[in-house]
Amino acid sequence: MPTDKINFDYSTPKILQIKLTGAWLMGSGIPAISEITSQISSRADISQITFSASQISKWDSGLVSFLHGVIKECRRKNIKVEKKGLPEGVCKLLNLTEKNTERIAPQKTEEEPFFQRIGSGVLRFKESVLSLLGFLGEIAVSFHRTITGKAYFRFNDFMLIVQRCGADALGLVSLISVLVGVILAFIGAIQLRIFGAQIYIADIVGIAMVRVMGAVMTGIIMSGRTGASFAAELGIMQTNEEIDALKTLGVNPVEFLVVPRILALVVMLPLLTLYADFMGILGGYVISAGVLGINPVEYLNHTQSAVKLGNLWIGLMHGFVFGLIIAISGCFRGMNCERSANGVGEATTSAVVTSITSIVVATAIITFICQVLGV
Amino acid sequence: MKQIPESVIEVRNLNLSYDDYVVMNNLNFRILKGDIFIIMGASGCGKSTLLKSLIGLKAPAKGEVFYGGKNFWREDESVQKDLMRRFGVLYQSGALWSSLTIGENIALPLELYSGLSASQIQDVVELKLALVGLSGYSQFYPSEISGGMRKRAGLARAIALDPDIIFFDEPSAGLDPVNARMLDDLILQLRDTLGATFVVVTHELASIFAIGSNSVFLDANSKTIAAEGSPKYLLANSSNPCVIEFLTRGEKQGGE
Repeated sequence: MPTDKINFDYSTPKILQIKLTGAWLMGSGIPAISEITSQISSRADISQITFSASQISKWDSGLVSFLHGVIKECRRKNIKVEKKGLPEGVCKLLNLTEKNTERIAPQKTEEEPFFQRIGSGVLRFKESVLSLLGFLGEIAVSFHRTITGKAYFRFNDFMLIVQRCGADALGLVSLISVLVGVILAFIGAIQLRIFGAQIYIADIVGIAMVRVMGAVMTGIIMSGRTGASFAAELGIMQTNEEIDALKTLGVNPVEFLVVPRILALVVMLPLLTLYADFMGILGGYVISAGVLGINPVEYLNHTQSAVKLGNLWIGLMHGFVFGLIIAISGCFRGMNCERSANGVGEATTSAVVTSITSIVVATAIITFICQVLGV
Repeated sequence: MKQIPESVIEVRNLNLSYDDYVVMNNLNFRILKGDIFIIMGASGCGKSTLLKSLIGLKAPAKGEVFYGGKNFWREDESVQKDLMRRFGVLYQSGALWSSLTIGENIALPLELYSGLSASQIQDVVELKLALVGLSGYSQFYPSEISGGMRKRAGLARAIALDPDIIFFDEPSAGLDPVNARMLDDLILQLRDTLGATFVVVTHELASIFAIGSNSVFLDANSKTIAAEGSPKYLLANSSNPCVIEFLTRGEKQGGE
């Protein structure tokens, strides 16, 4: 449907003259290029188009982009375009676009078909698994070199990381663990009240916190806190060429950056778990003694007899495994970060997602193993 | 293999690519001792990729890079590391380690390889900082100083171990004209005093003519070296229109 802005003149054989009238402004609506192309396709004999633009009152980039599209389309169909009738400014801008497209941009890969997408997804997955295995191997070698004193290890840097992922996290861990203890006590109370066995809240809170909840909550807190910060830190170092600078100095970035981080977290996470256990029991105690009316001394005695040393070891082992998982996924994503702001964001997100998912999976596996072993 | 005694770096039939996308083909050139060798070309033509291959960060798709007769990409990792220790690299952004102070940044390579005592290292750090005009900035963190200072601090780190070859990735990018010239002067002085060889990736014409003693021009269309020689010689004698266009900022020959 032709608009009032375009008129077609076929008075000269083989030549289509396009008459443009009115205001051609981006804000006032620009006709679709298809209006011209449909005219061209309907007449096979057209070999050239010309323009008459004396009736145009105002124009801006809207007109230029319309003409740019038309010219590209005509070139594809081998139709000559005569720009003479256009306003001088428009001609100059169009010439500029042609001049700057001399260098052909490399072809971007087009959208892949469905099955190809699945295939390349599988291949990418395989590649990422292989690179993770490679990274684990590198960590093992670097760790060995660190223990044997062959690697460059800065003790001060290590202590700084220990402080950041240990002491600095105490506040958050306290808050969350006390609240988890409180929640466990309340939930226990609902059921146990029916049997008049409220004192067993002490057992529930004690065993749950020490055996698994303390470690899991600490793990999740530390994924969001430290895992994300490892990924972002290393990612920005990658973007900033700092990791390249280490490599050209002959320093292995895994030895220098990754090993201290893993060591720090593996040491600190069990300690934080221990602290979280204590805070959780404290939360349960306060609620039981203060709100649920249980005898405080009896509560403590019950906790003491219920929580065995074996539970504590299992909890600490959880903490150790989680520390390893969080540090490795944070560092792995950071080291493989794409060199852009977007890349750092993605690395951080996937570090947190990977470590939280792995923590839940690892908990399930450890719980299952403990079940089988009867501990 | 015939050895040319003077050449510090020799590149033979080097091909560079990212996966399937070919960046450069069939690069051949030699860098002589004491040269300030410019790698120039339009933005995005593969200059930095070539630099990465020279400093051991990106393996080439094909071809060889020789350092004093050693074929870098064919050597063991330990030999590669030994060779890399002879390089100093100034990255585009400075690439200072952000968790360390300026002083610690310069001290790190010294701690690793020099075998000096802590107080001797401090003396060397002070000297290197003084050389680049940053005396007294040793305790500052990279985020606390300006971009130009970060570049100079990066240079101080690059020359910490008195390297044989110093690589620069766009040294004057992001610097004002005065600071850029100061950096050029610094490069010339360091060449004359340290006797090192410099490889500079840049497209700053002022720098190219001020410091370049030899150069290659990478052409993005033919994906190889379009011209080789000293920049001034190329400006006067090159018959390649791309090279002339580049060296005259595209202003027409004979025009103002």
